[in-house]
Amino acid sequence: MTEGDDIDLRALDDEELVQQMFDDLYDGLKPEIEEGVEILLERGWAPYDVLTKALVAGMRIVGDDFRDGILFVPEVLQAAKAMKAGMGILKPLLADTGAPKVGKMVIGTVKGDIHDIGKNLVAMMMEGAGFEVVDLGINTEADEYIKALQDEEADILGMSALLTTTMPYMKIVIDTLAERGLRDDYIVLVGGAPLNEEFGKAVGADAYCRDAAVAVETAKELITRKHNQRAAS
Amino acid sequence: MRSFDDAALTEVGADFSPGAVNERAGRALVIGCGALAREILAVLRSAGLDKVDLRCLPAKLHNAPQQIPDAARRAIEAARADGYERISLAYADCGTGGLLDRLCEELDVVRMSGPHCYAFYDGQSAFAARADAEIGAFYLTDFLARQFDAVVWRGLGLDRFPDLLEDYFGHYDRVVYLAQTDDPALDSAAQEAAARLGLAYERRFTGYGELTGFLVNVSQERGA
Repeated sequence: MTEGDDIDLRALDDEELVQQMFDDLYDGLKPEIEEGVEILLERGWAPYDVLTKALVAGMRIVGDDFRDGILFVPEVLQAAKAMKAGMGILKPLLADTGAPKVGKMVIGTVKGDIHDIGKNLVAMMMEGAGFEVVDLGINTEADEYIKALQDEEADILGMSALLTTTMPYMKIVIDTLAERGLRDDYIVLVGGAPLNEEFGKAVGADAYCRDAAVAVETAKELITRKHNQRAAS
Repeated sequence: MRSFDDAALTEVGADFSPGAVNERAGRALVIGCGALAREILAVLRSAGLDKVDLRCLPAKLHNAPQQIPDAARRAIEAARADGYERISLAYADCGTGGLLDRLCEELDVVRMSGPHCYAFYDGQSAFAARADAEIGAFYLTDFLARQFDAVVWRGLGLDRFPDLLEDYFGHYDRVVYLAQTDDPALDSAAQEAAARLGLAYERRFTGYGELTGFLVNVSQERGA
């Protein structure tokens, strides 16, 4: 929003401010998002509410417009940077205020692949949704994933790949989990530009996630289902 | 000597096939990426493959591979409606994650083998063998050296958001320019591109690699 500079965020009521933050997030305006977060906190908002109702909800609009071809990767990245700045303020506060922990995810780009833009977006959105995220970075081997899953007592494994040549490695990781009798201990989500639903099924993942917002929704749904199954057994 | 509008090849593609229906009889059609137009025409000319026509889709699809299968489908259907019976795709998988293969199977056309044009220029086995050593390589071809600004710099939004350079290229360590021709101007352009990305530079001459064999097969029968 080009006229963003002229708007006095403090003069807006809560609802207007949140709407303005949606616009500012959409436009990737980092200082405005930081200011918006500070104002909401000063007004007594719980950090978790600021995160979910202002930042995550705003990022969902960005994600929808990316999916629909209205926004493109550079704009999404600018929005993500603005959200990350807002989250930087909230993160220490969230730990202090007992925000709900939904589950823990180990995430990384697969072996042979150095692309991490999508993976970073997913990690950020998962954190925003209340997941604890252990990010293994890029070029991740099967053993690294599995060790981290076990050491961290994680619930979810997230694997990302940008290359047609590296995406088959996801099957190696999932097969290795199965060989070690660990496959059913974890929810496995896969994503990345060249992947699709069919590929996800073929490699034995629990779900393919088209984008970061879908990853969050899928993770929440599958983890709830898993908890219900545990409770029922 | 044909003149090329590289900007048009990037943005809208190009049709090099004859306009008249009666001129298409018995000819094969290659539907290719705009990034390969110059090279395909050069091979057709030098190998004397004068019964093969070319239509190109926009090279900018390189940045949006999920759109390639639909664009290719439309182009194949249009070509069939125009009377072409023998159609091949001058695309590798190009980041479509197998969707292009599925389209080829459905519409009974063939495509170039391999994951990317880099691989068929370099040679599939050589390219695969170098994968580990070149994990941090960002590849340019003659076309990408020419169109670096349009396809890479502006295509990734770096003109508007230069701060994204680190996000896109932070894990790359070098530009490898796979040269189809010996052209000092393109060598300089590729070197300059590497400098803009803050990466080391390496040039490897590949010539047209496996493109030639593919087009010879297309002209003879069904493609590679």
